[in-house]
Amino acid sequence: MAELKRTPLYDLHVALGAKMVPFAGYEMPVQYQLGVMKEHIQTRKLAGLFDVSHMGQVIIRPKSGNISDAALALEKLIPIDIVGLKENRQRYGFFTNDNGGILDDLMVANQGDHLFMVVNAGCKENDINHLLKNLKNDCIIETVTDRALIALQGPSAEAVLSTFSPDVVGMRFMDTIVANILGASVWISRSGYTGEDGYEMSVPNESVVELANALIAFDAVELIGLGARDSLRLEAGLCLYGHDIDTTTTPSESALTWAIQKVRRYGGERAGKFNGADRILNEIEQGADRKRVGLRPAGRAPMREGIKIFLTETAETSIGVITSGGFGPTVQHAISMGYINTEFSEVGTTVFAEIRGKRMEATIIALPFKPPNFKR
Amino acid sequence: MKFTEEHEWLVIEDDHVIVGITEHAAEALGDLVFVELPEVGISVSKGDEIVVIESVKAASDITAPLDGEIIEINTTLTDKPELVNEDPLGVAWFFKMKLTDPSEMDDLMDEDAYKELIG
Repeated sequence: MAELKRTPLYDLHVALGAKMVPFAGYEMPVQYQLGVMKEHIQTRKLAGLFDVSHMGQVIIRPKSGNISDAALALEKLIPIDIVGLKENRQRYGFFTNDNGGILDDLMVANQGDHLFMVVNAGCKENDINHLLKNLKNDCIIETVTDRALIALQGPSAEAVLSTFSPDVVGMRFMDTIVANILGASVWISRSGYTGEDGYEMSVPNESVVELANALIAFDAVELIGLGARDSLRLEAGLCLYGHDIDTTTTPSESALTWAIQKVRRYGGERAGKFNGADRILNEIEQGADRKRVGLRPAGRAPMREGIKIFLTETAETSIGVITSGGFGPTVQHAISMGYINTEFSEVGTTVFAEIRGKRMEATIIALPFKPPNFKR
Repeated sequence: MKFTEEHEWLVIEDDHVIVGITEHAAEALGDLVFVELPEVGISVSKGDEIVVIESVKAASDITAPLDGEIIEINTTLTDKPELVNEDPLGVAWFFKMKLTDPSEMDDLMDEDAYKELIG
């Protein structure tokens, strides 16, 4: 096994008593001394600081100097409206394959003269090769290795970060700015992956320890590990790549078609012309055979990834499978997401999940489990 | 108090023992969110998986530390699994059992031996 990489905040994590685990090739903090449950609640009530430096940061520059050339080129790989993405705005999207499956999900921002993309740690090498291979005629692809990535999430995030840069107050959800914080140029987006208001910040490696220390010096801020990051995103109904979405799940199946704007759908000005367009756009019109749904177990037992779902207590053939599951510390009950055959996927349907040989009742419910607190 | 390699503790009370998990185990498991206890009255053999516990991270089992009969369970844990993290050596005991052969307690670790095991 290859040696695990460390982020610039590694020493800080260890000094604060984090439990470090291997994750996507990195040694990452799964929890600190507070523990997953309290870290989760901390983020929902005040603010949490997350080290997400393991994620990939990529700059896409148009060779022509015209940003819309880069956007148009990228639209071949991503079925969202990137040409229409205004300067200093960010969007959620995903790379698709020829079968309409998802290669990775991502955030992409228009930074004026270039596009800035954040991709999953586990997929970043493939993503970058995919970009290099397909966009080499029109774009220069730069992997950002001299910057860390941190996220400040929660209702106190704005008050805390505005003491370093008052400009962050005026940002709306998915706005981006470049701000000078503690002498460093910080690329900020008002976004995150917890369902809370907050910011993600790309910070020069040499400045990130000072900024992280300055942020956790606030009473309202605690460092939060990957454990709570997972329960936060699950409560918010957000997909975890490799679990809830992968190369075998299409946007319709994974209930992510909201990310595909009209302009890329049938009848739109730039309809199709992306990998897997036929299947993806046909499914938007006609529906898919299965669908990602939320599940609320009736009992306390968590229904975790891989557990099969049945329509009755005795049915032999399963109608679906759990892809993420655990306990929701904010909603205070077990929560799961999974795929169910579309004909049985209506909200309110009672189903049974088989845990340790026993069929346990659950109800299909609308996602998210916890409504977001974004500043729209 | 005696200890097993499965990180359980046993304390003698009258003619039976009280069984729980150690602080070390509770911390390693992380925040507990689910506890499923055995039925009172069942006979168990050493090593039987008789309690299911799930933390925020994963599911695991607690096994019967010795042969015997379950005579009482701590039903409070079903509603408040978090007690296991808060007070694993006290209020958060899991079950009481009557040992088939109480002398088998002598084979378990004492506190010093257990401390050595967990380093």
